[in-house]
Amino acid sequence: MGEQSPVLEMTGIRKVFPGVVALDGVDFRLFPGEVHALMGENGAGKSTLIKTLTGVYEIDGGDIKLGGRPVRISGPLQAQQAGVSTVYQEVNLCTNLSVAENIFIGREPRRFGKIQWGKMRQRAAELLARLDLDLDVSAPLSSFSLAIQQMVAIARAIDVDARVLILDEPTSSLDSAEVEQLFRVMRRLKESGVAILFVSHFLDQIYEISDRLTILRNGRLISEHRIEELSQVQLVEKMIGKELAALEDLEDKAQSNRERAAEAKPVLEAKGLGRAGAIAPYDLTIHEGEVVGLAGLLGSGRTELARLLFGADKADSGEVLVDGKRINLRDPQVAMKHRIAFSSENRRTEGIIGELSVRENIILALQAARGWTRPIPRKKQDEIVDKYIKALQIRPADPERPVRNLSGGNQQKVLLARWLITEPRLLIIDEPTRGIDVGAKAEIQRLVAELSDGGMAVLFVSAELEEVLRLSHKIAVLRDRRLVEELENTADVDADRIMQTIASGATS
Amino acid sequence: MTTILKHRLFWPSLILVVMLGVNAFTSQQFVTIQDGHLFGTLIDILRGSAPLILVALGMTLVIATGGIDLSVGSVMAISGAVACLLISDLGNQNSIGSVLLIIGVAILVSLALGLWNGALVAIVGIQPIIATLILMVAGRGVAQLITDGQIINVRSDPYSTLASGFFLTMPVAFLIAAGAVALTVLLTRKTALGLLLESVGGSPTASRLAGIGARRITVMVYVVLGGFAGLAGLIASADIKSADSISAGNLIELDAILAVVIGGTALIGGRFSIIGTVLGAIIIQTLRVTVVAVGIPPEANLLFKSVVVVALCLSQSPDFRAKVFGRFKSRPAVEKVGVPA
Repeated sequence: MGEQSPVLEMTGIRKVFPGVVALDGVDFRLFPGEVHALMGENGAGKSTLIKTLTGVYEIDGGDIKLGGRPVRISGPLQAQQAGVSTVYQEVNLCTNLSVAENIFIGREPRRFGKIQWGKMRQRAAELLARLDLDLDVSAPLSSFSLAIQQMVAIARAIDVDARVLILDEPTSSLDSAEVEQLFRVMRRLKESGVAILFVSHFLDQIYEISDRLTILRNGRLISEHRIEELSQVQLVEKMIGKELAALEDLEDKAQSNRERAAEAKPVLEAKGLGRAGAIAPYDLTIHEGEVVGLAGLLGSGRTELARLLFGADKADSGEVLVDGKRINLRDPQVAMKHRIAFSSENRRTEGIIGELSVRENIILALQAARGWTRPIPRKKQDEIVDKYIKALQIRPADPERPVRNLSGGNQQKVLLARWLITEPRLLIIDEPTRGIDVGAKAEIQRLVAELSDGGMAVLFVSAELEEVLRLSHKIAVLRDRRLVEELENTADVDADRIMQTIASGATS
Repeated sequence: MTTILKHRLFWPSLILVVMLGVNAFTSQQFVTIQDGHLFGTLIDILRGSAPLILVALGMTLVIATGGIDLSVGSVMAISGAVACLLISDLGNQNSIGSVLLIIGVAILVSLALGLWNGALVAIVGIQPIIATLILMVAGRGVAQLITDGQIINVRSDPYSTLASGFFLTMPVAFLIAAGAVALTVLLTRKTALGLLLESVGGSPTASRLAGIGARRITVMVYVVLGGFAGLAGLIASADIKSADSISAGNLIELDAILAVVIGGTALIGGRFSIIGTVLGAIIIQTLRVTVVAVGIPPEANLLFKSVVVVALCLSQSPDFRAKVFGRFKSRPAVEKVGVPA
């Protein structure tokens, strides 16, 4: 591959935002027919680099060459015309339009200015067939799962004769079978000579699919390697720039705390709680100082189970007891009165309020609980916010910056801070580590362990089994919208044991 | 200097100052003292802008939640109709106590109309533009039913004071508006209401999950707007000493929305600026006065107004400013090269 000339060559790329140098002299190259992973923590500059390539940002310095010719990419359309297509982390499609419309939006096949619907549907179906997908292309996109929507986005991206395909976290919401399907598609595209830039936080996936990787840290290029030259441990160390032995201790810690938790009194009990079409009636008890993990595949009802406990959705059967007393969980405000906190998996749409500042986002839940007539004095606000920015290492440490300008990991920390200042007895966190980097992930996991040591009950929902295993005292396994088994997280419980339960649905 | 130039409200303020300058130049009396109170074009502008300030204030709060209220003109008409009907039935129209009581009744009615709008939006869940369209259309009919299709004239000095009276040398109408501004600033910035409003407007779903009672807050802002619109209706009807259900507050919703937009509050909700809105309302009123003062023919009035408004909106647009003022900045080192197809 060395003698081939790169299809894309970026040299000395520099991008400055007010107060921040986001990219500082970064080089990046991409060869035809390779999958190239772009690695780095949140805020390392991955997204910025991608956005300079897709025309979202203009570069402040450096050169971009495509196919050996210098280009200046000044907008998404120019990027597409130059052969650079992108599928973003969060699907950017119009869910109210049909699958075919989404694939051809902006470039519908026309004759005499009139859209040829038949031809459009036919070509959409052909295109999807190349990805082994057989869908009703005239159905609205919203009627399909997030995974399928992602595939549609890819279909759209490859149809514009892409020489360079950028996949920014395409797998973060896919289950393992769907990831395999995506990888098959990626391999096929690779064979046809497309260069693929791949971003993912799942190291195993990186190692399975990539040929080469480039590592960024703090807006600088660290190094470029062929995948076989670098072990996973070396990779992580290069990404975070330090060794992470601290993470390894966590698992033992959870194990040793397990017995103490078992003697504690229950904070919350759910009895026969359920909601038709979302989650079958289930029983679950969470004790003080206990971390209960929810494991299961995408769509197994993890989120649905958690939402019922906060009143985010209304249960249509069963009851919830807090301290042994029945409560009427009709909305989140009731849950908060009983000091239950819930951080949603949809950080952007159900978590942060993008245009409000970090400070305002942090105090929001506490302020809501106090009511509008009792504002938190500004001095007190600043105290609280400063304390949590320091404690959770929120970066940049500027309380007045709009929260939408923060990276995903830091937004997650803002949300955790929002709930921690309400001093909850039960903290429900849904996918707090999704789409964030290794370093921030470790920090959040450590925080959860500390909180439960301090007596807080935690319901921890995550698609990553290792994480659930590492943190939980007790694991509830879900399958097909049903809680199928509750396991004490003893030494003999491992990922295989849980996978078995998920696969077979057996109740032992 | 550049920070002042870049401030959101710099251009609107500049346009206002220029227009006031034109008025100061063309009018014989801009500000003088006469009969023991201030007098002149400037004072007329302040007095005349009171109803619009009131309506735009409430509109700002409604728009901050991501809503809109088209029915404010009709609420003004109903409020004026109720007041004039009751006053015209009085034995002594100059009884201050009775007039105050009637003003209270008219405002209560307006608050109830706001509650109707708020309930339709927040509890029934109708889109704000449709929900308030109902009262916009039906409300004028109700006002006409109240006045029996007639224009009701009143001869009540206490009532006229609302519009044409002076207190401490300042017009009463303007003082009422100023009081409402102070109240709104106090209500939104000294309590947590402003934050919660901006949160609900920014993301209703996230706000609900953060435990904010979005419904109650939404209903509340429509009620507040109802009250302010009712007050505006009283001032407008006191000004002409009669209740004219057809033309009272006609199209004021558009001016109010415009004032909010000039003030820098986005129509999609979220962040809002009370001071910006007040500035916007005063600009619109000044524009009305200036058009007459500089002798622009009546048939060109609306055209002139739209040109100024378009200029204002462009000056507020970050994209437009970047394009116009970006030309003078040094260019990045990279040469522009055509993208190969």
